[in-house]
Amino acid sequence: MADSIRLRVSRYRPETDAGPHWQEYDVPLRKDWTVLDGLNHVKNEVDTTLSFRWSCRMGICGSCGMTIDGEPKLACGTFLSDYAPGPVPIEPLANFPVIRDLVVDLTDFMQKLPRVKPWIIPKEDHSNVEPDVEFLQTPGQLDAYQQFSACINCMLCYSACPVYGLDPEFIGPAAIALAERYDLDSRDVGNRQRLDVLIEHDGVWGCTFVGECTRVCPKHVDPASAIQRYKLKAALQTVKAFLLPRGAR
Amino acid sequence: MSEGAIGAAHDVLIVGGGGAGLRAAIAIAETSPRLDVAVISKVYPMRSHTVSAEGGAAGVIGDDDSLEEHCYDTVSGSDWLGDQDAIEAFVREAPEELLQLEHWGCPWSRRPDGRVAVRAFGGMKKKRTWFAADKTGFHMLHALFQTSLKFSEVKRYDEEFVTRLLVDDGRVHGVVAIGLMSGRIHSITAKAVVLATGGCGKVFPFTTNANINTGDGMALAYRAGAPLKDMEFVQYHPTGLPFTGILITEAARAEGGWLLNKDGYRYLQDYDLGKPSLTPELRSMELGPRDRLSQAFVHEVEKGRTTDSPYGPIVHLDLRHLGEKLIDTKLPFVRELCTKYERIDPVHELIPVRPVVHYMMGGVHTDIDGATPLGGLYAAGETACVSINGANRLGSNSLPECLVFGARAGRAAAEYASTAGSAPTVVRAQATDEVRRLERDLLGKGPGTESIAAIRDEMQSAMEGAAGIFRTGPEMTKGAETLAELQERVGNVGLADTSRAFNTELMAALELANMLDISECILQAGMQREESRGAHQRTDFPARDDGEFLTHLLVHRNPDGTSRVERLPVTITRWPPGERVYGR
Repeated sequence: MADSIRLRVSRYRPETDAGPHWQEYDVPLRKDWTVLDGLNHVKNEVDTTLSFRWSCRMGICGSCGMTIDGEPKLACGTFLSDYAPGPVPIEPLANFPVIRDLVVDLTDFMQKLPRVKPWIIPKEDHSNVEPDVEFLQTPGQLDAYQQFSACINCMLCYSACPVYGLDPEFIGPAAIALAERYDLDSRDVGNRQRLDVLIEHDGVWGCTFVGECTRVCPKHVDPASAIQRYKLKAALQTVKAFLLPRGAR
Repeated sequence: MSEGAIGAAHDVLIVGGGGAGLRAAIAIAETSPRLDVAVISKVYPMRSHTVSAEGGAAGVIGDDDSLEEHCYDTVSGSDWLGDQDAIEAFVREAPEELLQLEHWGCPWSRRPDGRVAVRAFGGMKKKRTWFAADKTGFHMLHALFQTSLKFSEVKRYDEEFVTRLLVDDGRVHGVVAIGLMSGRIHSITAKAVVLATGGCGKVFPFTTNANINTGDGMALAYRAGAPLKDMEFVQYHPTGLPFTGILITEAARAEGGWLLNKDGYRYLQDYDLGKPSLTPELRSMELGPRDRLSQAFVHEVEKGRTTDSPYGPIVHLDLRHLGEKLIDTKLPFVRELCTKYERIDPVHELIPVRPVVHYMMGGVHTDIDGATPLGGLYAAGETACVSINGANRLGSNSLPECLVFGARAGRAAAEYASTAGSAPTVVRAQATDEVRRLERDLLGKGPGTESIAAIRDEMQSAMEGAAGIFRTGPEMTKGAETLAELQERVGNVGLADTSRAFNTELMAALELANMLDISECILQAGMQREESRGAHQRTDFPARDDGEFLTHLLVHRNPDGTSRVERLPVTITRWPPGERVYGR
């Protein structure tokens, strides 16, 4: 293995740069170094002006999503040696406005997330819960939604989603997966409220089922299936609305 | 509003959006809906380091368990330095809080009948640790964050870094902060401020902690005049991955994992931790407390019974006998982390591990309601020291601590804010001073002669040398001298980055200043404590000395920037000091 590898990093500073441009850095190539280790080497030893987000470096906080060799990835879970001999192109996540270098603006997602009501909506009379004891939930009931609860909000799915790229109004894969996470939770009765949001034009209908969201998810969440499930629910709702008198819907 | 006062932007401002901060925010929104509450955090809340907690959260729920026993485990685990009134309140409220999290959707692992499952944990005599597989912190944080979204009236300042507390006449009135995206520096006034910024593992080179754990809240409080307590107690977790320091949860041992030296020998049996058995025994062997296990590792190194690795001596964690099914159900994240970062599969291979800095028992001195001695200033979670953890925290006590004392601090801050008056105009001058410092003295300074990374490396190296698992007076003195030099040199750090947009170099400079101050506090307290207790083991004073040191040490900042250490008695209610007994 060569002892160094070149990073081609997209740089952009809003005050001085008309647009993004490439800057190259050679960093040590070590078998246990991730792209994040390479970027930190640059930040600490070569160019202190490079900006990127990172925190846990163990694939759970969701901070360090970026585009590595054209694919949305977590920098902390992507190894330099997989790109030898290089160079490794590193760009900000696609489909988001770039604030600076590899840092993108997540405001849009943060505003969309509350719209799907990602919290437990209990029965109004609270008859499914005693105040002093837990809701009972069998391992099977837990399994029903567990996969969708693993989303770390890293935004790789939004970056991979061609629909979100064309229509920023689309509420997007992670938000829909989280809606489905609560819908499938035996403690929750908020299905109808969430469907009302996702049945709108910017809800699930935008999705053309490309499946990129599921493919790029670093936590093996399957947003594409959540979206398909919602389309079915929405279709049934529409049929019901068409066939049944108002009181029976 | 009276003449000479300025209105508060918020009633309560919470600094930090992790487990403690979000719990505080929800507590206020629920109990005092008329108050204006805001959360400011240097990262989006769901990025907070609570996310990395793995093993679980302790709370008495089993029919065979009792509050009394959880108290005793915690008191003895703390080597009798925990305050027993605080521990009693904590143990009583922990199950209520965990149940509350259940109602908010936390996906706790379950028994076949649908009730919440509990697992064993180190230093605990009963199974009482609730868990969500081995991603407990992740699930708790996301449940809290998503639940907090329901309270749309809670204002959030995401990705804003607090650089100073505004203080006048012994009372806090708000903060100055930098918005990272825009670079805008502004003051945010508040009648009460809750610090919940987590720990400061990054003062050490090898830590499980995230990049963000730079002790910001501790440094803010210390500079504002609130003392730091029990700072000499640094927890080394016995099982971190060698290069990265990534945590392999104690749950791996609770589910039956073994620690083996280079001869394949379960070495803990040589350190008064009990006799090996095939199935895990509570409060014994691999389920001993973290301080004792990390100390045993050092003795194994001295005996030449560890394995050399490129990253120093290691021992092995053996999960092979647990089988694939159990590992995938109870410890899936352990398998994922080992596969990704060590390229080994724990179903078939040994996991290399070594002790790693994990947690600060110390923090901002608070009472049982999270109140610091400074009016209107509260703290909770790892930032704070109530103290329930004393000289050594038990695994799975920190997550419920965030909940119990986050809620308590939130409610207390709300109560304070509902009667407090507005800020005096003098804090405007403080805010102006701070803006000038940041703009002229840092951003406008240009490149300097010193590098942030170099000083940070030297600080971390000095701390590892002086405040490791075993310590001596001369080593700590030498470390303190190095820190004093670094404090001089840090003044010559310049910023090559003059951009206002997401200037992470400016952040790093401010975080380094925070860490240097905290490092000094750790060593000042460590030098004064001439005994060995819990995680503070001095080879020059190897015995616990209750006559002299059954007391907290508070580090205060003097006006000239130097520190002084004062004592505060430990609260003993029902458990007089005794011997810590494990495995017998």
